[in-house]
Amino acid sequence: MTALELKGIEKAFGGLRVTRHVDLAVEAGERRLIIGPNGAGKTTLFNLIAGELRADRGSVVLFGEDITRVPSRRRAHLGLARTYQIITLFPKDTLLHNVMLALMGLSPRRWNPWARFDRDRTLVEAARACLAEIGLAHLSARPLAQTSYGERRRVEIAMALAQRPRLLLLDEPFAGLSIDERREVRQLLLAIPRSTTVVMIEHDMDVALDFADRIAVMHFGEVVVEGTRAEVVAHPRTREIYLGP
Amino acid sequence: MRRAALSLALVLLATVPAWVGGSYYVNIVSQVLISAIFALSLNVIVGYAGLISLGQAGLFGVAAYGAAILLGAGAGHSVAVLGALVLTVAASALFAVLSLRTTGIGFIMITLALGQILWGLAYRWISLTNGDNGITGAARPAPFGLSLASAPSFYYATLLVFLATLAAMSIFARSAFGAALRGTRDQPRRMTALGYDVWMIRFLACLFSGFWSGVAGILFFYYNLFISPHALALSASAEALLMVISGGAGTLMGPVAGAALVVAMKSIASAYIERWNLALGAVFVLIVLFMPEGFVPGSARLLRRGWSALRRPERPVEGRP
Repeated sequence: MTALELKGIEKAFGGLRVTRHVDLAVEAGERRLIIGPNGAGKTTLFNLIAGELRADRGSVVLFGEDITRVPSRRRAHLGLARTYQIITLFPKDTLLHNVMLALMGLSPRRWNPWARFDRDRTLVEAARACLAEIGLAHLSARPLAQTSYGERRRVEIAMALAQRPRLLLLDEPFAGLSIDERREVRQLLLAIPRSTTVVMIEHDMDVALDFADRIAVMHFGEVVVEGTRAEVVAHPRTREIYLGP
Repeated sequence: MRRAALSLALVLLATVPAWVGGSYYVNIVSQVLISAIFALSLNVIVGYAGLISLGQAGLFGVAAYGAAILLGAGAGHSVAVLGALVLTVAASALFAVLSLRTTGIGFIMITLALGQILWGLAYRWISLTNGDNGITGAARPAPFGLSLASAPSFYYATLLVFLATLAAMSIFARSAFGAALRGTRDQPRRMTALGYDVWMIRFLACLFSGFWSGVAGILFFYYNLFISPHALALSASAEALLMVISGGAGTLMGPVAGAALVVAMKSIASAYIERWNLALGAVFVLIVLFMPEGFVPGSARLLRRGWSALRRPERPVEGRP
């Protein structure tokens, strides 16, 4: 089954055609890596998939369902979760509060105006379990602002995984991390079950290449090379884009 | 400690007519409570939703005029109060639909414009509102046969409504919905990605805020038995905003302290200082300089710092001449 299918996606900001014409199919359970130089349109593509931007042309299909016109917030309910290149979490709140908010996003209790949020047993326990999975249970009561960048990145990924998504979009999860932090995030990503399909943008080839089943190379808003790791690395266009003609 | 302070505050509030000399000062405390209800309602959108409104006095006015006009048309008090609340919530819904198209400066400007439209209506729609002359009410209601005509009896009625407002705000702020609302203030984009309907959350918060502004407006009308366009003016909206921000936006007691501060300066300081606005301005400058987060959280921070400095005696520094 195809987890994600993009058909002829196009997006322009004024005269700038950021996404020229993208066709992409990701199989269920696949780990897909998207690489490309700065400005190739990778993050824009993510915003189109997640619904934060509306495509000018083309369609987005999630597990056989056309979601091109589905608003961003509904896509979360259809099993799509994402992380951002720049971490956007809730810095004044504790790690537990952050994960609880992620869990509550898909639950009808988010509309409840009287039940105490911090005393919601089910949410608290589920959030504690999520934090334990990423090895941050001991920091659950600490405000996010008082944690390291690597810990925040792990919390962000845990929040996305807490929603048990069918498709997870990771936008440069290794950017700005130290070697040790990279190792921890890598372990976290390797532990993601195959029931979750992963599409990842990443510049760090060392960590990213062996994680990916297939790779797509983007350049000036187009997917120019697509294939397995060996195919992409051997392809002359890849070398041309990264090393110059 | 917290509980003791709360009980003490409750006892003090309950005995106000006994220890505050004369109905003049009892009335001032009633004014503080009405302003506090209004500030608490504004705090829902300013403090928890992060949306600055400069038109809240318009909603306050809709409720006051609604009650006044319904009473003038011969309706009973309960019908007038209920009708005014329904009208205010409907007006809040209209306000929200129009102003929630934007956030930030855009939201401020739209709410400002909407507030000014309502002020203009009160001022110019003379057949309905009696224009600048305002509407005078006949008498305060007597719920369960208890007359609210005297200053202490009206004070107690206001105190009950105030405590109900405070309880509702406390429950709301700690609720699941309250957590979601604060999330939309801090990271609206992330909240959308997590599956929250940011627009709907803000819309419902506007309705909740509008409802309590309406409650304050009705109390204000009954307190004065008079309503004029002055209550809907931009200065009234700005004053409420000052109460919220100076006291501490996004806290429960901040708006209450802010309301007490503004009303006290207005009614008490004005008896001694002719330019009381200047004194109020100076107080706000001090608050902004030393407690930018607001008077209530700021004092708590300074007290904590003072307390820990007291408990940890200064270590002797070696090598000091």
